[in-house]
Amino acid sequence: MGIVKAIKLVHDYYKYDESGHVEGTYRALDNVELDIEAGQFIAVLGHNGSGKSTLAKHINALLFPTEGALWLDGMNTTEEEDIWKIRQKAGMVFQNPDNQIIGTVVEEDVGFGPENMGIPTDDIWQRVNESLEAVGMTAYRHHSPNKLSGGQKQRVAIAGVMAMHPKCIILDEPTAMLDPNGRKEVLRAVKELNEKEGITVVLITHYMEEVVNADKVFVMDQGKVVMQGTPREVFSRVEELKSYRLDVPQVTLLAYELKQAGVKIPAGILTTEELVNALCQ
Amino acid sequence: MSIKLEHITYTYSPGTVYEMHALKDVDMEIPDGQFMGIIGHTGSGKSTLIQHFNGLMKPTSGKVLYNGQDIWAEKYDRQKLRSKVGLVFQYPEHQLFEAEVLEDVCFGPKNLGLSKEEAEERAVRALTQAGLSEKFYKSSPFELSGGQKRRAAIAGVLAMEPEVLILDEPTAGLDPQGRDEILDQIASLHSLRGITVILVSHSMEDIAKYVERMIVMNKGEKAFDGVPREVFSHYKELEAMGLAAPQITYIMHALGERGLHVDTSATTVEEAKASILQALERLDK
Repeated sequence: MGIVKAIKLVHDYYKYDESGHVEGTYRALDNVELDIEAGQFIAVLGHNGSGKSTLAKHINALLFPTEGALWLDGMNTTEEEDIWKIRQKAGMVFQNPDNQIIGTVVEEDVGFGPENMGIPTDDIWQRVNESLEAVGMTAYRHHSPNKLSGGQKQRVAIAGVMAMHPKCIILDEPTAMLDPNGRKEVLRAVKELNEKEGITVVLITHYMEEVVNADKVFVMDQGKVVMQGTPREVFSRVEELKSYRLDVPQVTLLAYELKQAGVKIPAGILTTEELVNALCQ
Repeated sequence: MSIKLEHITYTYSPGTVYEMHALKDVDMEIPDGQFMGIIGHTGSGKSTLIQHFNGLMKPTSGKVLYNGQDIWAEKYDRQKLRSKVGLVFQYPEHQLFEAEVLEDVCFGPKNLGLSKEEAEERAVRALTQAGLSEKFYKSSPFELSGGQKRRAAIAGVLAMEPEVLILDEPTAGLDPQGRDEILDQIASLHSLRGITVILVSHSMEDIAKYVERMIVMNKGEKAFDGVPREVFSHYKELEAMGLAAPQITYIMHALGERGLHVDTSATTVEEAKASILQALERLDK
């Protein structure tokens, strides 16, 4: 079993009328099957309302299946006694950097998670040191979080998750509110965690360029996984992606257009380098 | 007719240890009907700058002129100015508050003193321009999807029928198609009604695709001011400022370095495609 495994996962949201009776349901996840191997870098794409965030919240037991099941590191999320273990093994980072920082000093914020877990003080400090180092924020450890840039705040949020020693980290559009530099910083930090620490990454994003290095991409639409494969496989299906309100990176689109116009280049080009090499042989 | 900034300086908390110069001697003129983009990293002064355009912030020194008149002159009606220069903040959907979409959009025009009928007429027009269909008019704003909420909020500003529309990252958090739809809508509004549009964005691709002129803010100063293809040719300097150029710019420069004679100033997929096809054709001959 992989680190995240879902079988026939269904999630219904209920709408209640004023007297508390169920008025209607909305199926946000519809028979989702997932099997993510430990250590992979996974990207999830999908338009607004396609079910990405609902899926993310199932991975660390913030939501529970209406039908089907999801296991995190072998633990079923509906087993109540495992909930805290699950939330510690699978950490979440959300979109808005200002909504997830609680400490008044960077290092205190990062130490909040392990402190709540009852880790001895000396170990907390060691975890704080390692986590800040891992995201490149050691220099700011004594700073006040509200004076940091968006990208720096997100890295602090990631360090806070890291300090809980998770096996898996789920990032729900972590770069949506950041400028280009902030985006680069955060992605670099995430990639390093994946490569150096071997942490499984699930990255939800609307920026297609951010997923070209992923091991696997899932595309969601109306609560279903409608496409999956390597970035190359997924991004070579330009028209299909567009039908799901998505896009491809500019370089992939350019290569696709050139190919349509009769230029002999391979399908599914993902990087500038690949395109340049294909054109300048 | 234009917005003109003359030597604008803005200092936060002057005279204290927190003193910070957010804008330093900024000069610019935005003629009527221009589609202008503003880029800059977080903290570069973009948001401070746009709040000067409609008099939400008063410059520490310097002048803001709207159609030639000093908006900080004693008897100038800034209330009226704010209905002429509409500002759509980041995540404007957080400001929706009425029980129904149509009501929410009517709020602005009603405050202008228009009758209920006139206000509704304007609201319907604004919602149409923002691309929100009639079936949502009676919905609660909180039942809408992210993209729909954003449209409802933009309609709230459009209902004021502004001469100038300023949008602070109107597509943040939207999916790619939602992004394109909203920007296409704004572009068509610009071309149909001829209003001035000022777009603040972190997406270099969007700036390259839509605007005729762009301004780059860096450390409170205007670092570049020109057409996108010219400004993006300074991509190395932009990177030093924490910014970037569209992916296309990098592709074209890389191709140029490898000896393919392409137009390195191309910034959009269409321009790049045309230029590459041309270069390949020349190569074949």
